[in-house]
Amino acid sequence: MQASIQVSARPEVQYLLRIGDTALILGQRLGEWTGHAPVLEEDIALANMALDLIGQCRAVLTHAGALEGAGHDEDQLAFLRDERDYRNVTLVELPRGDFAVTVVRNAMMATFFKLLWQRLAGSRDAELAAIAGKAVKEARYHQQHAADWLVRLAGGTEESRRRIDKAVAQLWIYHAELFADDEVDAHADESGLGPRWSALKEGWFAEMGEIFAEAGLTMPPAVSFLSTGKRGVHSEHMGFILAEMQQLQRAYPGGVW
Amino acid sequence: MVTRTERAWDVLGGVLDPEVPALSVRDLGIVRDVIDHGEELEVVLTPTYSGCPATEVIEESVLSALREQGLGPARATLRRAPAWTTDWISQDGKRKLREYGIAPPVIPAEAGTQGVRLFRRKPESVSCPRCGSLATEQSSAFGSTACKSLYRCLACREPFEYFKPL
Repeated sequence: MQASIQVSARPEVQYLLRIGDTALILGQRLGEWTGHAPVLEEDIALANMALDLIGQCRAVLTHAGALEGAGHDEDQLAFLRDERDYRNVTLVELPRGDFAVTVVRNAMMATFFKLLWQRLAGSRDAELAAIAGKAVKEARYHQQHAADWLVRLAGGTEESRRRIDKAVAQLWIYHAELFADDEVDAHADESGLGPRWSALKEGWFAEMGEIFAEAGLTMPPAVSFLSTGKRGVHSEHMGFILAEMQQLQRAYPGGVW
Repeated sequence: MVTRTERAWDVLGGVLDPEVPALSVRDLGIVRDVIDHGEELEVVLTPTYSGCPATEVIEESVLSALREQGLGPARATLRRAPAWTTDWISQDGKRKLREYGIAPPVIPAEAGTQGVRLFRRKPESVSCPRCGSLATEQSSAFGSTACKSLYRCLACREPFEYFKPL
């Protein structure tokens, strides 16, 4: 069994891990639909979006490893950390649920990522800016696609509307974590690495509001619940997804494609 | 006298993209530079999509083509910025795409990405690569690869792929 690695607690490394891990886990969840989506076209679309996210994650984790300077590559960072050392937001690790859950989460996350990449394209870190310049174009298509489906399902049948309402009720409370700042955000902001995530909140609410209005949905009221995935304290679902992701690399140390 | 870099560009014009084998890596615009370092030749590549699984294959085929033509040793380096755009597909490349049955991007990438609107989009007038009709409709936003979407022609009834502006 391959031993776990420890990663630097330096804020710039942590900031990048939050981005890379969030893309990684969402990509893994979307990949679960391959062969299971309700229609063939959507199977292809979800796999394509998963591929974009994994590609973005690879670039960001590689860069995190370079900044850390401890010789960790993308595979070691993706597969050899313990649960507490993953920095993804809790929202993306929740089970993929039914198609409505996937659509609502994709709309929330693609909107967030688009706004984040837009800001990161102006990062003082040239490599991160370059990664973001590419990723933002991809995220736009993801957001458009998720919004299309959200509107279609919300205005579809009684059953599709019931499922969308249920998905929104289930997922909405996890959005607060996206915009909860801490010392990692403060450091990124001061050093010019990237924005405080709270700075994206207003834009996110504006665009989600536009999507909800078009879909005829009401945005749920704010609640005080705050998930803590990006601080490494995850939901009960995280261990299972890591077990599936890490099994090969742990069983065959150093295995490559 | 043909220089080593000019010969390399010629060779790269014959290296095909593994996922769209109608186009060479030059037609696609992903070869950004060829630099002669004396001992070694450097080929600068810009990836199309972050997660494009063809990136590694392309690197390998570029290097082996140069080796086979006696132009090695060569190495490939990755340049991420500026990000690749469909505007870099050559005119010749767009013609080859159409002949291959894939409709090339009809609008410049910047207009295209700005045109990624959430709702009430004006459909792009994509013409059918088979019969040329503009009576076409999108059947799926994503296709067999991330760079394409699926369309159907309402005139000749043929399905076809459209290379999305990026």
